[in-house]
Amino acid sequence: MISAHRLTKRFGGFTAVDSIDVEVRRGEAFGFLGPNGAGKSSTMRMIGCVSPPSDGSLRILGLDPARDGPAIRARLGVVPQRDTLDEELTVRENILVYGRYFGLSRAHVRAKADELLEFAQLTDRADSVVEPLSGGMKRRLTIARSLVNDPELLLLDEPTTGLDPQARHVLWDRLFRLKRSGVTLVLTTHYMDEAEQLCDRLVVMDGGRIVAEGSPRELIALHATREVLELRFAADDHAPYAAKLTDLAQRVEVLPDRLLLYTDDGDATAAAVQRRGLAPLSVLARRSTLEDVFLHLTGRTLVD
Amino acid sequence: MATTHAQPREGRMAGRAFAYWLTNYRRVWQGTIISGFLGPLFFLAAMGFGLGSLVDGGGLGAPGYVEFIAPGILAAQAMQTAVGESTFPVMGALKWQRQYHAMLAAPLGVADLVLGHVAFVAMRVAITSVAFAVVAVALGAITSWWVLLAVPAAILTGLAFTTPVFAFAARQDNDAGFNVLFRFIVMPMFLFSGTFFPVEQLPGVLEAVAKVTPLWHGVELCRSLVLGTATAAGSLGHVAHLALWAVGGLWLAFASFRKRLVA
Repeated sequence: MISAHRLTKRFGGFTAVDSIDVEVRRGEAFGFLGPNGAGKSSTMRMIGCVSPPSDGSLRILGLDPARDGPAIRARLGVVPQRDTLDEELTVRENILVYGRYFGLSRAHVRAKADELLEFAQLTDRADSVVEPLSGGMKRRLTIARSLVNDPELLLLDEPTTGLDPQARHVLWDRLFRLKRSGVTLVLTTHYMDEAEQLCDRLVVMDGGRIVAEGSPRELIALHATREVLELRFAADDHAPYAAKLTDLAQRVEVLPDRLLLYTDDGDATAAAVQRRGLAPLSVLARRSTLEDVFLHLTGRTLVD
Repeated sequence: MATTHAQPREGRMAGRAFAYWLTNYRRVWQGTIISGFLGPLFFLAAMGFGLGSLVDGGGLGAPGYVEFIAPGILAAQAMQTAVGESTFPVMGALKWQRQYHAMLAAPLGVADLVLGHVAFVAMRVAITSVAFAVVAVALGAITSWWVLLAVPAAILTGLAFTTPVFAFAARQDNDAGFNVLFRFIVMPMFLFSGTFFPVEQLPGVLEAVAKVTPLWHGVELCRSLVLGTATAAGSLGHVAHLALWAVGGLWLAFASFRKRLVA
C-alpha cells in the first residue's frame, strides 16, 4: 500500500524526515510512534500527497504522489491532526459537502451519510450544527467523513490527542471495526497505549529517523524486559538510590521523580529491594510498555 | 527545493470547491442581500440626492450628480464586496475553519480550490451588482439600457480585486494586514478613484496614480457605458487593464496558495 525508500523532507535547513524506509501492507494497522517533532506529521503529509518529498522515493497504492496526487487522494481517507470540519454546518451537511469533493453523486452521498452517521454513533445528532459538539463527537465525525469515499487506506494523524479516556476507547473501538472490515490503517501517535492497542506493526521515530521497527510485542521483547518495577523515594534526586540497586535489575533508568528497574519478575525484585532495607514511598510492578522501549532507545520519555 | 511537479489536470475540479461555498452561502444569503442593497442605497441617497441637490444647483447641467455617481458606486461596491469576500473568508479557510485543508485531502488541488472560491466571490459580486443596479434604475439614478453591460463590467472590476487580494491574504499570518488593506488601499481608492468626482480634479501626480488603479478603470467603464459616452477603444482599454489585474492576480494567488498549503 505504501512503499517509502530513503524518504526525506527538508524545510530550508531543517530536516524533518531523514531518509526513512517504510513498507505498509494491505489490511494491516501501521503506526508511527514518537514524540512531538519526531517527523510523524511531515511523513503523513507526504503520504497524503499534500507535501512533496525532498528526496527519496514514495509509492502509494502503486502510484507516484508527484504525478498522480489527485488519483491517490481519491482512494485515501484522511483524518488530520486538527479537525477541518465546517463548524457552522450540520453534522450531516459536513459529510455531504465532503462527499462532493470526491465527485460522488448527491444520492450516493446521502445514502452513505446515513450509514456513516450510524457507524460513528452520531445519528441522533445528524441535524445539529457541529460547533457545540464534544471533542470526541467531532473526532468521530471527522473519521466518518474521511470514509465517505470508501477509502482503501485511512491516514490518522494523532486520532485521539486531546480526548478524554472514555472518548478514546469509543474511537479505538470504531477503528478496530474498520480494520476488521479490511481498511488499511496508518496512524501517528505519541500515546504508547494507543500504539499497543491498535497497531499490528509500528516504527518508532525520533528526530526524523526510524529508531526501531516491529510489532509492539517484538519491540518490547527486544528493547525491554517483561516487567518493570517503579520505585519512588522521598528524595529530590533518585540517582544515589539507583547506584545501590543496579545489581537487582538488568537495567535501571533514573527519571526525575522515580526509578525504573527492568526485570523479568517485578514482585521478586520488589522483595529484594525491601531486603536491602530501602523504604520507597511507592512501589509499582507492571508490564513493560512501548514507553519503556522508547525510553531505552532514546533516553527520553515520550510525553514531556 | 522540493520537486513540485505541475498537476496536469488541476483546475478541472473547481466546481466541487464552488459547490462547497454555495452550500455555505445558503445559510447567510438573506443577510448579505439586505446589506448589499442598503449600503449603496444610503450612498445614493446621501451623496446623490442630498449632496447632489447642492451640486446640481451650481448649474452643471446634464448629467445630474446622482446619475454621475450611480455607476461609480456600482463599480466601487463591486470592489468592496470582492475585497471583503477575499480577505477574512480566505484566512478562515486557511487557518480557522481550514476548509482548504479538507479540500486538499480530497482529490482537489490548489488550482481547484482557488478557482472554485474565486468563482464564488464573482457570484457574490454579481448578486450585489444586480441588486444595486435594480435599485439605481428604480430610483431613476440609472436610465440607460447599457446598464446590462455595466453589471458585467462591475463583476470584472470585482475580479480585478479578488485575485490579487487572494494572493495577499494567503501570505498573511493573521488578519492585522487586512486593516491596513482596507484603510490605506481600499478606502482611498473608494474616495479618490473617480467614484464621486472626476479624477481630473486631483493634482497632477495623484491624478496619474488614480488612473492606474483598477477601480478608476472600473468606474470609467461603468460610467461611460450608462452615460452613453463609451468608445470602443476606451472600453477595450479598461477591460484589458482590469483583465490584467485579474489574471496577474490569479497567477500570484496560485503561487501564494501553493507556498502556503503544499509545502
